[in-house]
Amino acid sequence: MSFLTLKGISKRYGDFTAIEQIDLEVERGEFLSLLGPSGCGKTTTLQMVAGFITPSTGTIRLDGRDITHERPEKRGMGVVFQSYALFPHMTVEGNVGFGLEMRNMKRAARAERVAEVLELVRLNGLGSRYPKELSGGQRQRVAIARALAMRPELLLLDEPMSNLDAKLREEMHIELRAIQKRLGITTILVTHDQVEAMTMSDRIAVMHRGTIAQLSTPFEAYERPKTAFASTFLGKTNLLSGAVVRRNGRCAEVDVAGTTLRVPHEGRPAQGDVNVYIRPEKVRLADADARASGRITTRVFVGNQWLLQVDTGIGRLSVAQPNFGAPPPEEGQHVGLAWSDDDLRMLEKEKPDGHS
Amino acid sequence: MKHNGFWGLLFNALFLAFILAPLVVVVAVSFTDKGYISMPFDGASLRWFRAILENEDIVDAFWLSVRLALVAATLGVALAVPAALAIARYRFPGRGALTGFFLSPMMIPAVVLGIAFLRFLSLLGLGGSFWALCATHVIIVVPYALRLALSSAVGLDRDAERAALSCGASRFTAFRRVVLPMIRTGVVGGWVLSFIQSFDELTMTIFVATPGTTTLPVAMYNQIAQTIDPLVASVSTVLIAGTVVLMLVLDRMVGLDRVLIGETR
Amino acid sequence: MATLDHDRAGASPWLLSGPALLLFGGLLLVPLVLTLVLSFHAFSDSQGTLAAYTLSNYLKVVTDPYYGAIFARTAGLAFAVTALCIVLGVPETIVLARMKRPWQSVCLLIVLGPLLISVVVRTLGWQILLGNNGVLNNALQALHFTSEPIRLVFTMTGVVIALTHVLVPFMVMSVWATLQKLDPQVEWAGLSLGGSPLRVFRRVVLPQILPGVLSGSIIVFALSASAFATPALIGGRRLKVVATAAYDEFLGTLNWPLGATIAVLLLIANVAIVMGCSRLAERRFKHIFD
Repeated sequence: MSFLTLKGISKRYGDFTAIEQIDLEVERGEFLSLLGPSGCGKTTTLQMVAGFITPSTGTIRLDGRDITHERPEKRGMGVVFQSYALFPHMTVEGNVGFGLEMRNMKRAARAERVAEVLELVRLNGLGSRYPKELSGGQRQRVAIARALAMRPELLLLDEPMSNLDAKLREEMHIELRAIQKRLGITTILVTHDQVEAMTMSDRIAVMHRGTIAQLSTPFEAYERPKTAFASTFLGKTNLLSGAVVRRNGRCAEVDVAGTTLRVPHEGRPAQGDVNVYIRPEKVRLADADARASGRITTRVFVGNQWLLQVDTGIGRLSVAQPNFGAPPPEEGQHVGLAWSDDDLRMLEKEKPDGHS
Repeated sequence: MKHNGFWGLLFNALFLAFILAPLVVVVAVSFTDKGYISMPFDGASLRWFRAILENEDIVDAFWLSVRLALVAATLGVALAVPAALAIARYRFPGRGALTGFFLSPMMIPAVVLGIAFLRFLSLLGLGGSFWALCATHVIIVVPYALRLALSSAVGLDRDAERAALSCGASRFTAFRRVVLPMIRTGVVGGWVLSFIQSFDELTMTIFVATPGTTTLPVAMYNQIAQTIDPLVASVSTVLIAGTVVLMLVLDRMVGLDRVLIGETR
Repeated sequence: MATLDHDRAGASPWLLSGPALLLFGGLLLVPLVLTLVLSFHAFSDSQGTLAAYTLSNYLKVVTDPYYGAIFARTAGLAFAVTALCIVLGVPETIVLARMKRPWQSVCLLIVLGPLLISVVVRTLGWQILLGNNGVLNNALQALHFTSEPIRLVFTMTGVVIALTHVLVPFMVMSVWATLQKLDPQVEWAGLSLGGSPLRVFRRVVLPQILPGVLSGSIIVFALSASAFATPALIGGRRLKVVATAAYDEFLGTLNWPLGATIAVLLLIANVAIVMGCSRLAERRFKHIFD
């Protein structure tokens, strides 16, 4: 049985539905991200797990125990807030040791554990400072240390890195994941940053308008998105509009602006009007084996790659070419493009109400 | 934050009752038909309101207070707004001291101010002058006008003014058409608050007032010190009503907590 | 936040604040200095203020037990009112902060509104309430709590009650300003770490509003120590405080030098208390807030 189970969870505020329906199972020791744009309900979900908000319907079970209506101070979860929410009137040691104090741990044992945790987050020596005297990155580590000090069963992180600058954020991704693996603690991260989610998680729950659109590993979520939203939210993609002409066992033939594309399909076969997707990095410049061709309308250098926009017969395609050394042709030039059929994806067009 | 439980709301109700009790009592007493203050009473009457109009001293004092407050508020704002702009926009030596100086009347006991002004005015022989009295009130209200103007000016987006300049407006036009409207609430709020503070002022004015320049609060104080009769109560009721109106105006315009506490939200 | 013009300062700020500066310099600074000078003048009952200078006024105020009693009474009044304002004002502000709009705005209006009503009106209300034939006594007798009227007018108790009413909004304002700056998630953090709501309140919320309580106390203390109208009307002729004693000398006995002396001492005491406590509070709390 899984460690944390959310079943039939919803949250309504009067007319407004924040969470439509959430069913989620988190395994022990797993790092799961709730990924989505603002307003999708990811923070609300986290706050319900922590106990600050009560769900309108559904149950939450932790290790078999029903905690749906349990008070937050009884749940024993470590929470790291977006603003860190440090106690400004206590030192770092005071902050980190607060949870231990609430459990009536003796002073000596507390000091020992606090020192241990501060070393884990590499803040040794700063114990007697006040939050005001620390940098943003240091405050974040204090917040993490404070959450971990009581050895919680579950670690909840609410966009903890959104206030850090890019370089620091990258470092923290690696460090936080290392700490989590070392402690083996079940962790749920809320974020809108897909790179963050993909870097750190065992699985990602892509959330959209109060529901989970897709729950899978980062690779699966990126390579095989199941909804239009997941396709466009994770990474960039080329979207081509077409209609299914013929289906056979392995693939479907789709007519896109006069050209026929062979798209593999798994699972439920699609029919009628469809969207065909291909990631820019899966499209390459070609000569003899070109499948489509056109003029380069935009060429942008990003450092580790070149981004091209090419107007072809089947539509405008974005191409991402790694920086081999030699630049690709310039704007205005005519080029050919090729790809492997296995890299094409297809989803039925969604009806206006959002369901396909 | 959590919501209030039963005890919190009960405490709040008792607290509000405490706050309102003296005001409610004054208003209630003013409707008595008897010739003296009594609570409770049987007949309700407006006789003490009519009596206000027949009492020359009270009426004169009322109009003096109104004139005084109008002039003091206007002059106070006229002095405070430029000073606020200077303090908010420029960094110059003595800026902190200047601000403290302008805000100091709030920190000096009114008694001390009264004595100091009285000594000064009597040395100059300006005892019964309306304008001398007015000047003292301007000093009292400038801190209030300054605080409000400052909070508006400090929150001002300088880039809006720069945009106007880059569009070709002269500095004066930019000030008139862009800056002034943006600090308007601070200025008008400051004026209303200054008016109220001047009108209500008692302690300092007791020292400086003369039989020819008696403000309404001073007249009422003199009256109450001797005997309390319903006339003072009915005047008070009129004042309470007027203040409630001004208070609602002030709250609608700027927000009463912002006026009194400053920018915190 | 508006950016400051460093390079174009020059004369502009002085021109802008010039008129106000002239008025304040001439009509505030000069009179205060003159008052200080006045306090050093001698006084005789027959001739009034003399041209001679003396320290006798200060000696008199500092050594005469009559004035000693007045200062003691004033200090006691200030402490009592401050304590009462803390006990009443702090819980009320916390309750207010937890209210939902629109109730919150309405209650805030009611609590802060009386500041805009002249102190004469408010004190009149207390005189009526507290009088021997007043509402309070009539009510208490009607409910059979007492058989005779309780004397509240012309007592220090009455003055304390009335002055608390006048000054408690200042305490509310000060604590309110501090409460607004609190991060609500900090309370949640305390709960998530296992603290009961009561414990979190005691260990997390209360310490953070302490600076607001302190600055409110300083304001209330200073204002009650220099209060005039309320002690004069409710306390009467016999219960003198510093402000009414100064009034007596100045406009009663017409001993202006002595009156000026009391005023100067009151001013010094006020400034000393306010600045001293503020400095102390700043040092104690500077590691918490910016």
